[in-house]
Amino acid sequence: MKQYFKDIFESVWTILLGMKVTIKHFMGRNKTLQYPSEKWNLPERSRMRLFNKIEDCIGCGQCVRACPVDCIYMTTEKRGKDELPIYASDGTPIKLRVPQFDIDMSLCCYCNLCTYPCPTHCLLMTREYEFAVYSKQEFLYRFAKDKPLAPPKPAHHAAHAAPGP
Amino acid sequence: MQVEAYVGEEMVLNMGPQHPSTHGVLRLELETDGEIVKKVVPHIGYLHRCFEKHAENVDYPGVVPYTDRMDYVASMNNSFGYALAVERLMRIEVNERVKTLRVIMAELNRIASHLLAVATYGMDIGTFTPFLHCFIEREKVLDLFEWTCGARLLYNYNWVGGVSHDIPEGFVDKARQFLREFEPVLKELNELLSYNKIFIKRTAAVGILSVDVALSYNVTGPNLRGSGVKWDLRKDEPYSGYEKYDFEVAVGDGRFGPIGSCWDRYYVRVWEMAESIKILHQALDRLPEGDVQEKVPKKVKPQKGETYGRSEAPRGELGYYIVSDGTGNPYRIKVKSPCFTVLSALPAMAKGALIADIIAILGSIDIVLGEIDR
Amino acid sequence: MDAIFSWLSSGIPAYARLPELLQHLIPMVLACLICLVAALLFVLMANWGERKIAAHMQDRLGPMRVGGWHGWAQPLADGVKLLLKEDIIPAEADRLLFRVAPVLVFVGGFAAFAVIPFTSSFIAADLNIGILYAVAITALGVVGIIMAGWSSNNKYALYGGMRAAAQIVSYEIPAVLAILTVIIHVGSLSMQEIVQAQRGGVWNWFLFRNPFTFLAFFVYFLASLAEVNRTPFDIPEAESELVAGYHTEYSGMRFAFFYLAEYANMLLVSCIATTLFLGGWTGLLSKPLLPGVILFMTKALFLVFVQMWLRWTLPRLRVDQLLHMCWKVLLPIAFVLVMGSGILALK
Repeated sequence: MKQYFKDIFESVWTILLGMKVTIKHFMGRNKTLQYPSEKWNLPERSRMRLFNKIEDCIGCGQCVRACPVDCIYMTTEKRGKDELPIYASDGTPIKLRVPQFDIDMSLCCYCNLCTYPCPTHCLLMTREYEFAVYSKQEFLYRFAKDKPLAPPKPAHHAAHAAPGP
Repeated sequence: MQVEAYVGEEMVLNMGPQHPSTHGVLRLELETDGEIVKKVVPHIGYLHRCFEKHAENVDYPGVVPYTDRMDYVASMNNSFGYALAVERLMRIEVNERVKTLRVIMAELNRIASHLLAVATYGMDIGTFTPFLHCFIEREKVLDLFEWTCGARLLYNYNWVGGVSHDIPEGFVDKARQFLREFEPVLKELNELLSYNKIFIKRTAAVGILSVDVALSYNVTGPNLRGSGVKWDLRKDEPYSGYEKYDFEVAVGDGRFGPIGSCWDRYYVRVWEMAESIKILHQALDRLPEGDVQEKVPKKVKPQKGETYGRSEAPRGELGYYIVSDGTGNPYRIKVKSPCFTVLSALPAMAKGALIADIIAILGSIDIVLGEIDR
Repeated sequence: MDAIFSWLSSGIPAYARLPELLQHLIPMVLACLICLVAALLFVLMANWGERKIAAHMQDRLGPMRVGGWHGWAQPLADGVKLLLKEDIIPAEADRLLFRVAPVLVFVGGFAAFAVIPFTSSFIAADLNIGILYAVAITALGVVGIIMAGWSSNNKYALYGGMRAAAQIVSYEIPAVLAILTVIIHVGSLSMQEIVQAQRGGVWNWFLFRNPFTFLAFFVYFLASLAEVNRTPFDIPEAESELVAGYHTEYSGMRFAFFYLAEYANMLLVSCIATTLFLGGWTGLLSKPLLPGVILFMTKALFLVFVQMWLRWTLPRLRVDQLLHMCWKVLLPIAFVLVMGSGILALK
């Protein structure tokens, strides 16, 4: 009998305690960020969309090897001997043309492993995160500017070759 | 004969794979007699992503992002265990700063993971408000992570031989500020949820996991400690300098009913958060100087051999068995998942429970299907 | 209704020339419409209010965009959405029952508003057995819920329906007993007379009249929470267990009917509690300063707020604990209260 009334008392008391907490929050300030009008200031190291500064790319292919999900497609060609020597912005000589440098952001797992081995630091993760698109093809970002001399060879990873333009 | 006439047919109820509270894509086949559940058969595999096969086809650093995706709410702890195992295979000893940073990140991640577990458990029992109160705090932890390594959920932080980023300037103060703000929230959570009479009634005498059953199923982590066994790898087999921290192992005490109940398992998590705060304060105090990437090898190529490394993830003992054939890719990686073992103990716990209890038990063991199916 | 009748007959000269049946029918329909529209307006408001209350208790903002000021038009937008949605009936469902069920639930909730005395004159039908009618007609809702659960041909819905049957039928008993403690003092079942008995200031309300009616208020409030399936007694639609309980298979407007009925029922039980225990349309002082309808609605809406407050604070009970609480806690207490109240009324 004593336990019976103790139970009732405890129930009422703990319910009141809980109600106290919720009403405190009810009166308190909210913590919502109204997203499109207010935006969260991303920290410097945020890893969002990949970007390749193709002018500095020497076509070494280390990023392709580092990528654990194989979402970077790159083809390279030797530069002709008669062409003018060009250099990346840190002075590394560019010996290869890069007619294809595609990144499929729908496959990317944002692990950042591709940017570390890059010798000229031209591949980097930007803070750009609003890049929703209507079709999957649009996630294929093409960075290459060089025109291929020969018809393009099969991509580095032929099995999941990039979809056509 | 006469009694049999009144025994009705049993109804098979499929709970999941689309169900609000199966914590991922899990299917439970329940044989029910009215509200009473006669038998539970968990069906898993909906989230199978071939982690172990993938791991054989990428190099050692490339496995780290995959480990992040196993237990996706405790990624720091997953890659922590993997890094420890590979380092043991390569006989690398990392410096004190890396060790301490890893502990800081692992404990922050433990807080975030337990907050999620506690929050969703409240939701399983039917209250929604603690869920969002916990998530506000979890966001703060994720902000700290994003500030440090740029990602909020899948960090790729613990590398073989080091960590990917040193902490940014002002991190220690920010982390301390979070810890200061977090302690009152825990108290509030206790008022709102843990000591609520309805919550206690729903969980305290439900889903008893006795020590024998727990040990025979190899249940680890908070679920085992909820049954009153003081077994914590951070204490019993210290790694990464855990032996230097002063903290208690949270164990269930059977305060409101038989020991090993859902409430005990739940409360072990709340308690562990408080212990993590203690560890974090000590770690932030002692953080030594050093280079966080000095031991990171350019090409990870362990010599031929095999190793088993285990660590205390928020959900229990997470083990990596790695076989190396001396090349850049692992020959085989096998993961010992804590969630899998505890899910296999679910039928033993859930026998004869009500349907509502099944949800309470399933929530209290805090499984992440990403880790079970891998 | 009589007020509308006299207003119509005095305002429109041609009114008296109508057939007698129409003369009485038109005020009836008008009174029904007013109640219906008022209740629907309340549902829209309460829907918005509940989201806002829930959001602020969880440090959120809730709907903020539709309609400009704090998303006030969100329920309208949702209503339009639900109206335009495809009406899905499961192939194996019992089509007739499946269609009738939401209407039945809806009617049960709304019909009871006929006897709610919003002011001393505004009451759709001042029946001399008003409270009995209200209790009886709200019980219709449970039939609809069982129907919905059965006809959906879904196991979760069936569980929801069976739980609802057990729960609602059980909780009627303590609720009626709690009502009885008041009836003993008034000596009438008419809603207006119950309010009249509480005139003369706050100390005359049954809430503060004597300790038995004071406790009876809480018994009634708890039992009514269970009757309208609100947390902590929302096991028929227990989201985390039964997906959505008896209305798992419903979509579009039929689902909206359940939704409307839930909110209408919330207001209804609050109105009944206000009438019985909080003095109805009477004010705090013996001389009323505000119109009766404002006083009435303030009290009723406060009770609705408490219902929402509880919902966003408490976990859900289990089905056996729910029945335990009904039969072993509320029912004995209610019996004691009825006896005590009866002894006090003897004098």
